[in-house]
Amino acid sequence: MSTEQVTLQAKSPFELRVNLGKEVPEADVRSALASGDMGFLHSFTTGATVDGPGVRVVAWTAGCMWRCLYCHNPDTWTMSNGIPVTVAKAVEELRKYRQGLKAMAGGLTVSGGEPLMQHRFVEKLFAAARGMGIHTALDTNGYYGDRLSDAALDTVSLVLLDLKTSDPERHRALTGMDNAPTHAFARRLAARRLPIWVRYVLVPGLTDDPEDVAKTAAFAGALGNVERVDVLPFHQMGQFKWKKLGLEYKLEHTSPPSNELVEQACVLFRNAGLKAY
Amino acid sequence: MAWNGFQTGLWQKEINVRDFIQQNYEPYEGDGAFLKGPTARTEHIWDILKKLFIEERKKGVLDVSQIPSSITAHAPGYIDKDNEIIVGLQTDAPLKRAIMPNGGFRLVVSALKTYGYEPDPHVVEAFSKYRKTHNDAVFDAYTADVRRCRSSHILTGLPDAYGRGRIIGDYRRVALYGVKRLIERKQEEKSSLDEHASTDDIIRDREELAEQIRALKELQQMATSYGFDVSRPAASAREAVQWLYLGYLAGVKEQNGAAMSLGRTSTFLDVYFQRDMAAGTLTEEQAQEIIDDFVIKLRIIRFLRTPEYDDLFAGDPTWVTESIAGMGDDGRPLVTKTSFRFLQTLYNLGPAPEPNLTIWHSPRLPDGFRRFATQVAIDTSSLQFESDEIMRRTWGDDGAIACCVSPMVVGKQMQFFGARANLAKCLLYAINGGRDEISGEQVGPRLEPVQGEVLDFDDVLGKFERMMDWLAGVYVNAMNIIHYMHDKYAYERLEMALHDYAPLRTMAFGMAGMSVIADSLSAIKFAKVRVVRDKTGLVTDYETEGTFPMFGNNDNRVDHLATWIVSTFMTKLRKYPTYRNAVHTQSILTITSNVVYGKATGNTPDGRRQGAPFAPGANPMHGRDSHGIHASAASVAKIPYRDAADGISLTASLVPQGLGRVPEDRITNLSNMLDAFFGSTGYHMNVNVLNRDTLLDAMEHPEKYPSLTIRVSGYAVNFVRLTREQQMDVINRTFHGGDKVAAT
Repeated sequence: MSTEQVTLQAKSPFELRVNLGKEVPEADVRSALASGDMGFLHSFTTGATVDGPGVRVVAWTAGCMWRCLYCHNPDTWTMSNGIPVTVAKAVEELRKYRQGLKAMAGGLTVSGGEPLMQHRFVEKLFAAARGMGIHTALDTNGYYGDRLSDAALDTVSLVLLDLKTSDPERHRALTGMDNAPTHAFARRLAARRLPIWVRYVLVPGLTDDPEDVAKTAAFAGALGNVERVDVLPFHQMGQFKWKKLGLEYKLEHTSPPSNELVEQACVLFRNAGLKAY
Repeated sequence: MAWNGFQTGLWQKEINVRDFIQQNYEPYEGDGAFLKGPTARTEHIWDILKKLFIEERKKGVLDVSQIPSSITAHAPGYIDKDNEIIVGLQTDAPLKRAIMPNGGFRLVVSALKTYGYEPDPHVVEAFSKYRKTHNDAVFDAYTADVRRCRSSHILTGLPDAYGRGRIIGDYRRVALYGVKRLIERKQEEKSSLDEHASTDDIIRDREELAEQIRALKELQQMATSYGFDVSRPAASAREAVQWLYLGYLAGVKEQNGAAMSLGRTSTFLDVYFQRDMAAGTLTEEQAQEIIDDFVIKLRIIRFLRTPEYDDLFAGDPTWVTESIAGMGDDGRPLVTKTSFRFLQTLYNLGPAPEPNLTIWHSPRLPDGFRRFATQVAIDTSSLQFESDEIMRRTWGDDGAIACCVSPMVVGKQMQFFGARANLAKCLLYAINGGRDEISGEQVGPRLEPVQGEVLDFDDVLGKFERMMDWLAGVYVNAMNIIHYMHDKYAYERLEMALHDYAPLRTMAFGMAGMSVIADSLSAIKFAKVRVVRDKTGLVTDYETEGTFPMFGNNDNRVDHLATWIVSTFMTKLRKYPTYRNAVHTQSILTITSNVVYGKATGNTPDGRRQGAPFAPGANPMHGRDSHGIHASAASVAKIPYRDAADGISLTASLVPQGLGRVPEDRITNLSNMLDAFFGSTGYHMNVNVLNRDTLLDAMEHPEKYPSLTIRVSGYAVNFVRLTREQQMDVINRTFHGGDKVAAT
């Protein structure tokens, strides 16, 4: 019996999961990343309805280069927290849901963590999924977008792109990284007419400045390939993970945004000619 | 003439309601935009009852009539005579419960005493001195084995003290043909037996037919007391509903069956509604009002029951199940405007468990109906969905559900139902050589218990099979005795009068604990399970080292253990002959009894603790299905229908956010989930769309949630009427999407 299957049974994506891949030797991790024959997953679920169109299978990868202050899955920051899963195994699992995913107008979403930390694994998984006629969605911050070749982008049906503030300084403060690569990736997707759903996490005091939101909206609206914007209200469900991991959590006193604030942000996106929820 | 304007057909030459429907109904492929809200009159009647419900909840029962019930025992009763459109009550006042001692007098006395009534001495004398009941007779014939299994709870819920239920009279026949024609038909059936030799079977048939004719005459008499002449066919939509309801009412005046289901009536009635509307004598508002008033009547069906019964099946269930939609054999959907009107009652009168509205689902149903039904499920959590594809393939397109998941052809098929075998306990008996894991007593046959410290999969499996052999035999014995005596002492005269002669009979067995056993066997096979013995050598606990796959994650290693259990037990049941040569069937369904089964069962090798509830029906154990609803439902869909032809129940609880971010998405996604499940081998899905917080709040403040309805295995209940243990069981179940928010 492979341990992989059993340990993938997280109670929920919010279960704290650490050190699951610690046993794997460093050299193996590197060769797995280079070949893409193996990936590191936090968990996967079925019946998901909020990570792309229809009812989907979602796999959460481990490893992220960003350190967003409001991250609700900080246990997915390091790859060693994930479970090693071979592409063959992942494809075999996905195959079980093939018929149902079609009937439910869904597909496969790879989320994270940041999937493009393991872009070769994602490419192989998506190629196999598309080969089975399954719709694929890549949920990414876009920072490593240039790692994907044009051929690899052909296996992506939809990109769920996390856009944050448009202001480079603020972006660095919020995530620890620059936003230029993300914008470049978005433009590249636009040039290829690859549809984008923008995900915008609304954090009071951090990402709710109307002027800033309007700028992001204007950027997204000008792309021409953004089909929908999901304004995701910040929540505190990940707080306990920061504490357990011994990380400093700066948003302890931040409340989730009010419905009015969420609606305001939606209006700003709609003003840019986008569908926003 | 009552049949004016109807297409002619076979249905005129013989009793054939299906043919009448097929010749006359008009499928409706639109949406629910035509529906009307409640009239002031409807709200007025419902308000009267709402006040009575509060009083009833306080007292347990509102009132009791101690006249032993029969079709004609009580004078006509009304809620508000001048304002009712459809009339008729079980007794002479709303919510006043009748006693029905033929099923068992002990239960009547115990129920009366529970609610503070002194049993009427004349009735006591009659039923202890002069009249033997079903309950007395069954215990005359029970074997020692049956008694032991009954007290150790390895067999629970045997209908040996009350009506067995799960028989659906074809109440539509009363409206379409009138009682006079039905009596004539029964007389023909009876005289056709004259040429047969008088064997036991034929004598019984003759006596039953005579009783059926008598019951039909009593139905006529009861209808007359309400001012209706049901000897002739119904001539209008209102009469059709009234006639049909009087037929049903006669059934529930005479029997307190565990489930008293209605059948498949909406599309039949729609033919009458269409005719009146075409003639300009009926508006949409009036049509809805008739259905609302009919449904109000169905919501106040009551039986007098005991607290022990409520432990098994809480919330005063009556299972007035109405089957809606499905496809016709010719490819036309059986959806009509009246199918919508029935669902609309959940908005007009608010959510409620009764009638138990059951959608026969197929991905081929019209979009407008699928979306409307999905919306109603999301808004009210009061609907269940069952596979039209599977049931139609097996039973044809005029079937209906009795109780929760049991399909049968209306008027042509009935079932002998009873109880569930606690197979998780049977596994523990196998490990302990027939000794009960809690009492230590020898209940089962003295077979060799397991030796050594670590459980061996093949060894346990072999012992389990032998123990199942024994249990299946005892179970079939018990059922044969019960149904022999029920036919003899508490025969459903009226319900059977609305069947063809010699209907197909099934004997429906039940199983509890499927997912506990699957996980236990998986633990034994894939991990290391050590036994813990007490001083007497009895295995009372287990220590498990390592991990093992669990049922509900779409993993064949364990899912195939679940299918093995179902098919194996079914095979064993089939080896024992049944009363009246009934066809053996089985259901994987518990309703709320999973709590009681768990209570009576010791520690199990999967790590479940003594007394902890089982999962309901065929559900995975709470919290162990960790890969979302698609995986969980896929595991359950593997249970083969051919070995569980009485139904396989899955209850899915979803939080609204788990169905999508936008209301429109939620309808699309749930509708697609149903299409996927029923487009493959899924059999049944109860759909709850609720927040766990709402349920927790309802436990603390029941007065705020008088009509909070929630689906349990195969049935809906009023949440605040569950026992605290049952409420906790519902709350502890897996809520899909409960803490799922887009990972960012």
